[in-house]
Amino acid sequence: MAGPIEAGADALVMDAADHVATAIRDIATGQTVQYVVQGVRLSLVAEEAVPFGHKIAITDIPEGEKVRKYGEVIGRATTAIPKGRHVHVHNIEGIRGRGDKAKGANAS
Amino acid sequence: MSALTFPGYRRPNGDVGIRNHLLIIPTVICANQVCTRIAQIVPETVAIPHQHGCSQIGADKQRTFDVLAGTGKNPNVGGVLIVSLGCEVIDPQALAEAIKVTGKPVEVIDIQEVGGSVKAIQLGTELARRMREELDRIEKTDIPFAELKIGVKCGGSDATSGLASNPALGAAADSLIREGGTVVIGETTEIIGAEHVLAGRCRTPDISQRLYEIVDRFEKEVERMGADMRGGNPSPGNIAGGLSTIEEKSLGCISKCGTAPIEGVIEYAEAIPSGGLYFMDSPGNDIECVSGMAAGGVHLVCFTTGRGTPTGSAVVPVIKITGNKQMYERMTDNMDVDVSDMLSGTMTLEEAGERIWREIREVSHGKLTKAEILGHQEFSINRIGPSL
Repeated sequence: MAGPIEAGADALVMDAADHVATAIRDIATGQTVQYVVQGVRLSLVAEEAVPFGHKIAITDIPEGEKVRKYGEVIGRATTAIPKGRHVHVHNIEGIRGRGDKAKGANAS
Repeated sequence: MSALTFPGYRRPNGDVGIRNHLLIIPTVICANQVCTRIAQIVPETVAIPHQHGCSQIGADKQRTFDVLAGTGKNPNVGGVLIVSLGCEVIDPQALAEAIKVTGKPVEVIDIQEVGGSVKAIQLGTELARRMREELDRIEKTDIPFAELKIGVKCGGSDATSGLASNPALGAAADSLIREGGTVVIGETTEIIGAEHVLAGRCRTPDISQRLYEIVDRFEKEVERMGADMRGGNPSPGNIAGGLSTIEEKSLGCISKCGTAPIEGVIEYAEAIPSGGLYFMDSPGNDIECVSGMAAGGVHLVCFTTGRGTPTGSAVVPVIKITGNKQMYERMTDNMDVDVSDMLSGTMTLEEAGERIWREIREVSHGKLTKAEILGHQEFSINRIGPSL
């Protein structure tokens, strides 16, 4: 699943189909973030701070889009997420294991 | 490669241990204190206090029995002392018989019959001391790594788990399987959203079907609870570490079992067959999962963590592996292997896998894990029914 990890990157993209990169150092607002997709070195400007281990959008993600990491679906965007924004529990939700959305559940 | 062996303890039934424990098992919570006291008095013994053994019925009672019996049968255990209260639902004689099929010595004492805690501790201490002497006479012999069985587990995960430590552990798991050894992965909860990837690697369509069934069974249970998994799993710590959904966590989890085909799906605490990769239907809960793997017969567990956890086990060494350098430096007490250089691009996946494989070999040779050095002997039994 993971390709070779390039020295010097700020964030890792696990698959060419991914919408997100994972920060491997703390990223500050306005910082230029270096990452690699299929051997091509790319960069983007972080629109907000992204802590180590958290995800940053490497493309504009429309509301409702199935968000990909490792080339697989990790959840759904609950709002439009512009490129360079922090991607986490405030703007994506899980699709699986959602007893709160099951028929008859007392979801508020 | 064919010369890869380790010095192990050959048991009467042919099993091999990498440790030589004298295990003290309470059949019920009421016998915990007597077991703990005996373990304090007699060196090189280990007790497994637990909360169960009474007010249980059906499959739930059976599961408790299976975990206690399996832990006694684990090849790292050379002898077993069972301490019963005398009125519990776990039958101490049936437990003794289940463990005796391995040919190892088993003794039973009954607190009500011998006349209370003090007399039970005295008798238990005498028995344990004598059994320990016998175990110390067993000589080690050279054993091929093809006979080694390991569990792969992750806990206290963060984003580094999926990026570094889990793929590295997968590479080490592949090395053991190439030697003819056995690997078991569990945590049914934590393949939700990634089960299609593992199902595609099952040896037969039946095994693949079974994998989907156990995930579905679990997900229906979550639906019945009417809750969102998020918050419980991924846990607050997982979320702080950057994991947003169970799907993301699962996709990061599965790489720890390497790339071999899945040869079978087995029940929690069921005896693990030999050779290749197996899936054990278990909760993601760290201690319950590791205890289930130990009851299934693994010799050791490789455990990746990003947030940091001290987890050990009563009868199997637990090797702690991390891809999070900051945590490694903060919690070196608890960590055995650091593969965080993968993230800076200065350690390859192959190098990280070889580093873990070397640790597995050394621990099989007798090197103590950090959890063993610190006396971490966690033990916990998964429940599937109510207390009466």
